[in-house]
Amino acid sequence: MNQSTPPIPAWGIPDPVRGVTGTEPLLAVDDLHVEFATRRGTVKAVNGVSYALNPGETLAVLGESGSGKSVTAQAIMGILDAPQARIPRGRIRFRGTDLLRLKEDARAQVRGRRIAMVFQDALSALNPVFTVGSQIAEMFRVHQGTSRRDAEARAVELMDRVRIPGARQRLHDYPHQFSGGMRQRIMIAMAIALDPEVLIADEPTTALDVTVQAQIMELLAEVQRDSGMGMILITHDLGVVADVADKIVVMYGGRIVENALVHDVYRTPAHPYTKGLLKSIPRVDRKGRELYAISGTPPNLLDMPPGCAFAPRCPYRQDNCTTEAPPLYRIGPTRGSACHYWREVLDGSHG
Amino acid sequence: MSDTAAPRARHAKHAKSFSRPPSKPRSGSSRGGRTAGGAKPASLWSDAWQDLRRRPLFIASAVLIGVILLMAVAPGLFTSVDPYDASTCRLGDARQAPSALHWFGTDNQGCDTYARTVYGASNSLLVGLCTTVATVAVGGLLGLVAGFRGGLPDALLSRVTEVFFAIPSVLGALLILAVFRAGTVWTVTLALAVLAWPMTFRIMRAAVITAKSQDYVIAARALGASNRRIMFRHVLPNSMASVIVVATINLGVFIAAEAGLSFLGVGIQSPEISWGLMIADARPRFLEAASPLLFPAAFLSVTVLAFIMLGDAVRDALDPKLR
Repeated sequence: MNQSTPPIPAWGIPDPVRGVTGTEPLLAVDDLHVEFATRRGTVKAVNGVSYALNPGETLAVLGESGSGKSVTAQAIMGILDAPQARIPRGRIRFRGTDLLRLKEDARAQVRGRRIAMVFQDALSALNPVFTVGSQIAEMFRVHQGTSRRDAEARAVELMDRVRIPGARQRLHDYPHQFSGGMRQRIMIAMAIALDPEVLIADEPTTALDVTVQAQIMELLAEVQRDSGMGMILITHDLGVVADVADKIVVMYGGRIVENALVHDVYRTPAHPYTKGLLKSIPRVDRKGRELYAISGTPPNLLDMPPGCAFAPRCPYRQDNCTTEAPPLYRIGPTRGSACHYWREVLDGSHG
Repeated sequence: MSDTAAPRARHAKHAKSFSRPPSKPRSGSSRGGRTAGGAKPASLWSDAWQDLRRRPLFIASAVLIGVILLMAVAPGLFTSVDPYDASTCRLGDARQAPSALHWFGTDNQGCDTYARTVYGASNSLLVGLCTTVATVAVGGLLGLVAGFRGGLPDALLSRVTEVFFAIPSVLGALLILAVFRAGTVWTVTLALAVLAWPMTFRIMRAAVITAKSQDYVIAARALGASNRRIMFRHVLPNSMASVIVVATINLGVFIAAEAGLSFLGVGIQSPEISWGLMIADARPRFLEAASPLLFPAAFLSVTVLAFIMLGDAVRDALDPKLR
């Protein structure tokens, strides 16, 4: 039954990055491969990832540890560890320019100024020996040559903007004197200081407790609405995504297994992995029942199974799954699923 | 909101550590001092200074070091006797016990031990300070480069330091000093610096490697900082603390080492005065007259102790988390 439909890759070859509208997106990752040379062999962390981001849009990249979501982001930023990491194939186009072909000094012009990043753990991402004020002000001083006084004034403005109470008084405090949520706000302030066109948030709420998580997500969404920048939100928490994101890319084993608009994914997941993720969200109406967990463990990136990487854990597994790697089938105008049996998965979701 | 708890806790902590009172947190002088300080790293140093001057350990060691420094610079303030003038020594007065005239007694040559001890501070301190500056400059700079660059420069420099570590230090110093006929302050400094810089190198390199892989360095890179900026603004300030601490401790050790070399006869030579030399001179007749040995030894110990205490206090002050 599946054989009758020729696999049409969604957002794949020949021109994967044109998205839905056909115009050049703000940022387009195209068939990206990243490998790490280790003593035990080559780790293929990212294997042909493509996604596109338009201005004002939020793209959520979802996946568990080792799925390649952060490595993709680091490749975009150009902060992969140089000697070990290699990018054998792929393009990262930012406003039409392939960042991977730029010289280092041209890339440094983009970093921080046009594409900025928020890190997971703000305590370790802030320099412990400088006050937060001087670290925020540094953004202006390094990139725009602003005078100390002006940079400091703008730092206060930014701290107000990310809702740090008593910004002026706290300018000269050190990172460790702030709570986790406040530190993440400072990280966000630094990232948005130069009005970047793309903001990459790498698990910005993972290190925070739940109430603060919601505040930070709200802040990110608000900052994005105000500035109209594109945002890539990397997370492993489906709950975080629903309110904020427009599109979702689900990654597994260094590949995209599903991409879709957010509400499509929540209504009808088209990949068994996404389905498993959704089922494992704790829900109030299922209180008292055992929480669903996807059985098995993520694949070993040093020794990827042939065929579908998710096959060993997949309830929909058939014989050809372990031999044939599924391409990203185009299953709708805006969505794709890398599962040979996406129809069954979709049907199961309806039923 | 959970976030409001933090400022309160901070103030409580501050009040406890005698830091700025919460009622007027950053007004007037402290704020002005910071902005007037020039380059931004000044805020690190000025904050460390604000903290240092409240530490009893620092005050005690600073007073001691201040007195000894003054002795080194202006010994005439402490004694009217000039021990470099041979006519002040009378052999007939040799090995006298401490008295109102000779506070620390007299030595084998009948010279005033107090005056000699005061004048000895200058050579001892000079060796200690110069050796420390030399090791920090050479070892620190090479350590920063090796740790930050990694790869070939690191491999080469690390092998070179391993060669130095293989040389027993007393033997090495004897060898170097044997090349120069007469031991002076400068040859002793050279010998000690040549043998001691690899340790500073090691500490700097290790600290830089640790700092380099911290998230804030990656974050700084992601926010567009250049290599040079990362090296001097993020890596160096975060690796300096351990080097400064070791340097202050080593300063004391170098002073002691100078005494050791002078004691062995290859260091500073008579008629120059140094504490090590005085101890060496007094040793043969120690049982008859203890004071010519005990007083310079006591000055030596107190000076070394003062620098080690200073190192401790500086380390604590340079770590914002301990403030």
